[in-house]
Amino acid sequence: MDIRSQISMVFHLDKCIGCHTCSIACKNIWTDRKGAEYMWWNNVETKPGTGYPTKWEDQEIYKGGWEKKNGRVVLKGTGKRRGLTNIFYNPNLPVIDDYYEPFTYKYLDLIESPQGDVQPTARPVSLITGKPIDIKMGPNWDDDLSGTPDFARNDPNLNHLSEAEQEVMFQLEKMAFFYLPRICNHCLNPACVASCPSGAIYKRGEDGVVLINQEVCRAWRMCVTACPYKKSYYNWHTGKSEKCILCFPRLEAGLAPACMHSCVGRIRYLGVLLYDADKIKDTVHKDDHELVDAHLDIILDPFDEEVIRAAKMNGIADSTIHAAQFSPVYKYVKEWKLALPLHAEFRTLPMLFYVPPLLPVMATVKQVNNSDDSKKMNPMAKYWDDNWLYDTSTKELWGTLDQARFPLKYLASMFSVGDEEKIKDKWMKLMAVRIHRRRKTVGDISDEKADAVLQDAGLTAEMADGIFYLTALAKFEDRFVIPPAHREQAIEMLDFTGDTKGETGFGFKSKIRRGV
Amino acid sequence: MDTLNNFFLIALPYIALALFLVGSIFRYTRKGFQVSSLSSQFLEGRRLFYGSVPFHWGVFFLFFGHLTAFLFPKGVLAWNSQPVRLMILEITAFIFGISMLIGLVNLMVRRYTTPRLKPVTNKMDLIIYLLLIAQTFFGLWIAYNFRWGSSWFSTLLAPYLYSIFKFQPDTTAVSLLPWAVKIHIIGAFLIIALVPFSRLIHFLVYPLNYLWRPYQQVRWNWGRRRIRAPRTPWSVQRPKNN
Repeated sequence: MDIRSQISMVFHLDKCIGCHTCSIACKNIWTDRKGAEYMWWNNVETKPGTGYPTKWEDQEIYKGGWEKKNGRVVLKGTGKRRGLTNIFYNPNLPVIDDYYEPFTYKYLDLIESPQGDVQPTARPVSLITGKPIDIKMGPNWDDDLSGTPDFARNDPNLNHLSEAEQEVMFQLEKMAFFYLPRICNHCLNPACVASCPSGAIYKRGEDGVVLINQEVCRAWRMCVTACPYKKSYYNWHTGKSEKCILCFPRLEAGLAPACMHSCVGRIRYLGVLLYDADKIKDTVHKDDHELVDAHLDIILDPFDEEVIRAAKMNGIADSTIHAAQFSPVYKYVKEWKLALPLHAEFRTLPMLFYVPPLLPVMATVKQVNNSDDSKKMNPMAKYWDDNWLYDTSTKELWGTLDQARFPLKYLASMFSVGDEEKIKDKWMKLMAVRIHRRRKTVGDISDEKADAVLQDAGLTAEMADGIFYLTALAKFEDRFVIPPAHREQAIEMLDFTGDTKGETGFGFKSKIRRGV
Repeated sequence: MDTLNNFFLIALPYIALALFLVGSIFRYTRKGFQVSSLSSQFLEGRRLFYGSVPFHWGVFFLFFGHLTAFLFPKGVLAWNSQPVRLMILEITAFIFGISMLIGLVNLMVRRYTTPRLKPVTNKMDLIIYLLLIAQTFFGLWIAYNFRWGSSWFSTLLAPYLYSIFKFQPDTTAVSLLPWAVKIHIIGAFLIIALVPFSRLIHFLVYPLNYLWRPYQQVRWNWGRRRIRAPRTPWSVQRPKNN
């Protein structure tokens, strides 16, 4: 048993309102620099949709992550042989057009244009060439565009659905979507680290944050290909790759990462998980259908005496073990088994977990005859005269799950490597908590009915109340349990890294200059 | 003539080697952030293939070809003792030379006709392109006109280069060579001199280490186990990983 600690995260997708505040917080702190304008270390995607970069989930295009070949787990598009021979030209590198060409507008033209017959306009100009461009793509270009032929229909996750299932999904009246906020997963088996020929990328032992050493990166650009989540970005100006640093300067100061701190929907949770590093190898070699369970099995119980003893032996500080015991992530992932990793089939063992969304699923739309009601309204109100009923009531307890507007298969292909039962299990739990709370607050559900529901979902009343508390009421210190970084023991951490805006922001105190 | 010969064949090599050594070490150790291949594939990923690949493989084989003839002149002469083997060697090298030239021209055309590449192009890039194209052109010219290069390189140029490295420069034989060869020698030392001042520095950091390092890398800021043991005195040590 080789116990290590990992700062990991849970994103509760039911609560995400898609406001992009997280993206803006991150951009303002880290990536508002030349060469990094197009980078969104944190981005929010509409699902179904193609995402950023376009169709990133389709590894037949991007060749990211690991794959199991003849019982061996190898990097799909990179690795030692391919990395060193493709070094002159990486055939699988996404280019700027796969993300979007960064742009701004010539706002000054609005003010300084000479008097004329036409209204002056602010033309878009490329932030790379400085020349006027026609914008083809931009940040969140597909925002809220579920159902559109260009975006939603090209979602790689739909490949698992039959033609008929897709049609049903995109019927205008039944259509639903949800948001998927994404940051670096700070994986346990990171493909970016493994693919870096220079050895510039590493995982920090103390907290598991994956970082790129800017001084060692030589722009061999293999990490961009290797990361299946496309969360390693190439800075075209400095000639270095960059990625989410989980705001480690903030973490070390006891602050939550900027994206999490600013989250309006309070969907983000951060805490320590203890895991067994010896099990990583076996886990990544599991077959597809066992991957998720094996991944969750790596995480250890921080209350187990044996685990605590072994953790101490391994030099994990008492304060970290204490933080692990109060970790909201541990509760969501292990105690309540509500959260799942995104695309576990990439075999990088991502340490960011998602609570699958129930809300777009719950309501159904029925055709009803509203003409009698319409007659009662005055003529003005008749403007909103339709015969659809957006129905959120449940006649049968699990009724809506079966009539879900969102096919289980779709979510299963994202969060559970195709295992629909796992998604259904999470949905039942989320639903059970709602029914249990309704019994308590509204009181129109009988005790025996509510208890039966909880039992079906495998929850106790205490667990349901715990889930409710952490989902709906949790305060800042409940959502973010950050262990002290013990800066007194690490000289590196004493370096203040946040000196001036416009620098690379991590590890530099001087103005950064591109090489010649 | 003698002064010129002395400057270009004795002084220039020493200046170039000194600049190369001191400059590269300085840039690598003190300006690590500025050591990068500065790949532009991200901005233009299609035409690069037809430039980068033929150029790099060409320069890779030709560089090691020259190096072999310098390190093992007798071996090369022995190989060349049979005409068939000599022909194989010369033709292969010539093909790689052509591949390098085509690659270079493609790269240069790409760089100066793609608007997106303008912001990542500097004056030194132009100098390097012109130098490399001239160098490749003269290399091919020499190979075609003064046969057989691999043999006379081993007998004439290898001793000259050895004499430079032994600090007993001897240019008697070299100074009699045709002007094209002299330009090729001068070009070579100019390129060596410019390595620390241009993007050429990236060939020095080719990541061979990747071959034997384990795939995953975990770094600890400090040895926790050691630091938590009360008997270990605490020493201040600047870590190198950031």
